[in-house]
Amino acid sequence: MENKEAQWSIEVENLEKRYGSFIAVDKISFRVKKGEIFGLLGANGAGKTTTLRMLCGLLAPTAGIALIDGTGVSQNPESVRFKIGYMSQHFSLYEDLTIWENFRFYGGIYGMKLSEIKGKFNELSYRLNMSDQAQRLTRELPVGWKQKLAFMVASFHNPSVVFLDEPTSGVDPLVRRQFWDLIYEAVLKDTTIIITTHYLDEAMYCDRLAIMDQGKISAYGTPNEILSHYKASSMHEVFLKIAGKEDILA
Amino acid sequence: MIAFIIKEFRHLLRDPRSLLILIGMPLAQILIFGYAIKTDLNESDIAIVRMNNDKLSDLAIQHLDASKGFHVKYIWDHPSQIAEAFRKGEIRLAVVLDNNLESKILQGYPADIQVIGDASDPNTANLLVQHTQGTLRNVYREYLQKNASTPVVQVSARMLFNEENRSVFMFIPGTIVIILMLLSAMMTSISLAREKETGTLELLLVSPLRPHQIILGKVVPYMGLSLINACTILLLSKFLFEMPFRGSLPLLMSETLLFIILALCIGLYISTIARTQQVAMLLSMFALMLPTILLSGFIFPIENMPLGLQYLSALIPARWFVEIIRGIMIRGVGIEILWKETLILAGMVCIFMLLCVKNFKIRLE
Repeated sequence: MENKEAQWSIEVENLEKRYGSFIAVDKISFRVKKGEIFGLLGANGAGKTTTLRMLCGLLAPTAGIALIDGTGVSQNPESVRFKIGYMSQHFSLYEDLTIWENFRFYGGIYGMKLSEIKGKFNELSYRLNMSDQAQRLTRELPVGWKQKLAFMVASFHNPSVVFLDEPTSGVDPLVRRQFWDLIYEAVLKDTTIIITTHYLDEAMYCDRLAIMDQGKISAYGTPNEILSHYKASSMHEVFLKIAGKEDILA
Repeated sequence: MIAFIIKEFRHLLRDPRSLLILIGMPLAQILIFGYAIKTDLNESDIAIVRMNNDKLSDLAIQHLDASKGFHVKYIWDHPSQIAEAFRKGEIRLAVVLDNNLESKILQGYPADIQVIGDASDPNTANLLVQHTQGTLRNVYREYLQKNASTPVVQVSARMLFNEENRSVFMFIPGTIVIILMLLSAMMTSISLAREKETGTLELLLVSPLRPHQIILGKVVPYMGLSLINACTILLLSKFLFEMPFRGSLPLLMSETLLFIILALCIGLYISTIARTQQVAMLLSMFALMLPTILLSGFIFPIENMPLGLQYLSALIPARWFVEIIRGIMIRGVGIEILWKETLILAGMVCIFMLLCVKNFKIRLE
């Protein structure tokens, strides 16, 4: 039992969020392995973002349990916060600070020492080929760069899980591809990635998926499992089948 | 935490223009209040109507003209021109002397002196009329002492602590209050609302920073800035406007710090309610600035307000701080007199701090 627990990075059990009579997330359960890329897919309003926010401790669940590395998010929020990184839907670096100042700040609030921040930053900027850009204001950067930086900031303190809330929305295909390269790199270092997206082609990049619809998980598994279960040739078909089923019910 | 404070300072310094405004605005305001908005009487033009060439009328005119507040522009022997002169705005006040002024008074009869003020500006008119009455009373008394044997009761008035009745004394405390309120409350509320708007606040909330650390990090830089401003104003008021400084400086500084903290807390509280920078700005403008200006007693005396407003003004932090500044600077009293006001401010700080931390926790709603 003990052994098995350690291998799950995230465990979600009957997680529920209600706003009055409206059920945003309806008793969902899923598990994510360490070093896995887990995709949460769904139409707008399907409950992806709400789920993510509950996992990060930004929203308190109405009922249910969410564990990160075996620690309860609502029971022990302070220790969970050190383990996670979060990149929100909006671009959320400080535009009036330089790239270096942003890293320095976020490293600082996660308790990293200045020398540590400097070392990691230098290595990072060398790897991303942006050593000469460190003193530029974030505001002046192209959108694609900003997104990549936001991801680097979110994973700068070596969190065990990084949550990405629609990180690639409004970004061109080339930058999206580059962005995914960064994600793959992070997973190699055993970081777990939870990503929400409504680009269906991105679903195929994930190790496993949960497709959400009206607050429930309607499909769950590896992309290929889901494709064969729905006897579909593409995620589009799966998506239409799930949405279509709802239409008939309605 | 330290990283947070450094970052806030960076925000401040990154934009030199707004920093200039933040530091320059207090200077401009204090100069405007100090020089332009004066309610002191200064050589107002007046007209005098005399219908008799007696000595007492001469004396009255001399005194009025010699007084610092008046300049006698016209001397008429008939009141018919008064209305026209008022309408044209040539004079602010007219004095009509009794046609038998001297003889009536010598015979012990009451004499009539009519004082007409231009009440389209009621405050000034009131002051001018009072000033005239005072001057004429002096003339009358002086004359009687010389020419009659009747002993006269002499009332001598002194304006304690502000003998020259200078309005600067009233405006400086008020200006300090407004500037501190504006800077501290408005700036913090806007800066936190900005983080909300750009989504960076979410990142802060996801991070291990605790709510009170976020709040402190936000508050400290603005506290520094406000303190600098408070010092500039105090220096200016002392050396430029010769504002007296009778009380203890450490006490004044600590009270100022208390008020700044309070204003910052209010600003934070506003930003926990407001969703965007604009809302935060409007809220601090209307919910804070106007009551501060109108109800703090710095322009309109609290005792003159209707009872309801008087109670309302007790809720305005600025009211208590104005009392404190006046107490320390002008009357030179210490904490043994001002403990009540200090306690009230401290209480307000506690309330708003609790509200802020509580509202911040509601992120887990």
